[in-house]
Amino acid sequence: MAGPQATQAAEATQATGAPWASRSGAVPHRPGRRALRVGVSAGVMAIVLAAVLLVPLLIPADPQDVRLDEKLQAPSWEHPFGTDRLGRDLLLRCVYGLRVSLLVGLVAALVATVLGTAIGAAAGALGGRADRLMMRLVDVFSAVPHLLLGIFIVAMFRPGVWPVVLSVGLTHWLSTARIVRAEVLSLRSRPYIDAAISGGASRTRVAVRHLVPGVLPQAVLAGVLMVPHAIWHESALSFLGLGIPAHQPSLGSLTEAARGSLLAGDWWPTLFPGLFIIIPTLAIAGLAGAWRERLNPRRRSELML
Amino acid sequence: MSGRAEQSNRSGQPKRSGEVPALALRGVTAGYERRAPVVRDVTLSIAEGEAVALLGPSGCGKSTLARVAALLHRPYAGTVTIGGETARGWRHRAPREQRTAVGVVFQQPRMSADPKLTLGALLTEPLRACGRGVEARRLGAELAREVGLDEELLGRRPHEVSDGQLQRACLARALVLRPRVLVCDEMTGMLDASTTAALVAVVERYRWRSGAALLAVGHDRGLLRRWCDRTLDFESAGGMTDSGSGGLRLRRAKDRPLKGAEHARTPRPPDTTTPAS
Repeated sequence: MAGPQATQAAEATQATGAPWASRSGAVPHRPGRRALRVGVSAGVMAIVLAAVLLVPLLIPADPQDVRLDEKLQAPSWEHPFGTDRLGRDLLLRCVYGLRVSLLVGLVAALVATVLGTAIGAAAGALGGRADRLMMRLVDVFSAVPHLLLGIFIVAMFRPGVWPVVLSVGLTHWLSTARIVRAEVLSLRSRPYIDAAISGGASRTRVAVRHLVPGVLPQAVLAGVLMVPHAIWHESALSFLGLGIPAHQPSLGSLTEAARGSLLAGDWWPTLFPGLFIIIPTLAIAGLAGAWRERLNPRRRSELML
Repeated sequence: MSGRAEQSNRSGQPKRSGEVPALALRGVTAGYERRAPVVRDVTLSIAEGEAVALLGPSGCGKSTLARVAALLHRPYAGTVTIGGETARGWRHRAPREQRTAVGVVFQQPRMSADPKLTLGALLTEPLRACGRGVEARRLGAELAREVGLDEELLGRRPHEVSDGQLQRACLARALVLRPRVLVCDEMTGMLDASTTAALVAVVERYRWRSGAALLAVGHDRGLLRRWCDRTLDFESAGGMTDSGSGGLRLRRAKDRPLKGAEHARTPRPPDTTTPAS
């Protein structure tokens, strides 16, 4: 179904205009490069989503299918990504692993964004003592390394997808809360809030009707930028053997399982899962970055991983 | 003279007892830094149906005073009485009936309109906030006609209309709950002459019908003198130039009989001419 990632990226590049074509002339101007970045990112994301959604439906092969006689085969036409120590097809396992990672990333980012928006908006809208208390709580949480806190949360449950979602979600709302609070504070002093109060609006109504809709674009953007981070976090937890159960393919556990064979000179079991972590996250970050530039053209976007 | 409800500062109760002023500020000291309040010990009272203008240079505290009068800014000292009832809280802590008894129109329509709401939603928002959403459609259309907003404009958002049109919507929003007091904080400051005339006419029509009081803040002396029954001048920045008086104070401007019949006048309450006691 899906060819090697490098080819996919190249195809997407060609679809939107080859970067080397403009090199002959002057330095390419910014809008062109931005459009290229958006195009490549969108293309990669389309391929990734198609692979993740369609492969399990269309290809009946089992990613757990063990064939010891085919173990550690280099990439070939039959197994484009090669096979692992137990002879399982790596392409299939990578796609299934990406499926889990994307799911965890999306849901965890959603949890973090909803939590962060609620706490940030409450702190900003209430102000005063409640605001100070909540922000000190945020400071306390951010003083603890969040991977450590995440490990602590994961360790309280049986291994599975949902503890990982919970762990990543509960440790990543801090920055969103800060962003949302700052935005709410700047909106709160606008005269239209005064007008709403004078019109009889309650605190809740002011927050729900005027403040939260005003910060929603920023919050959603923060949430999308959180997705790559959450994917990396999930992979890190799985790599440490704390995340997704070992038998279930996940990009982190695939990389971890292949560590031993790397020393024996077998490069493919680590390379492909690694690329599967890097390329989709860069594509998401690229799309979110372009969106941020549209929302706030004055600030140049940087990757937030 | 004695029939006037306005007092200079520190002189206590209105001279004419027996009449409840629509809006009364007593000994109000307010600002944004406790050590250097912008407004010091101001006493001002507006009778039912009366229109009072507050004039002064920018930065002298007249807008702050207007915000205090609308219960939007908590003063360091002093009380605000609306329709005989003294305010017990400010902003959200003020009871809803007291907050909504004062309608406010701000200077900059862009800043005082939520950019996410359409004009139609904007001007009926107070109804929904007070749980009277069912009346929104009918009253909204009625008010839009009254302030001169086309039906078609009601579906647009603030960035799609002009300043004048937006200010019309903001005025309609201030009137939708039928306030007893209207506070216009430089309402016409950013508008052209014809829109100014139209908005003033709308305010005067409303006051004619409802007998509401008006506190108009601004620095357009000509307009405010024609518009209002009484004008009050903020003396130029106190503290520095007038250290003896302890900062800013309100001074009575020259009393001025009203000329011309360009604006519909609100009838004065019957007892304004004959002191009750």
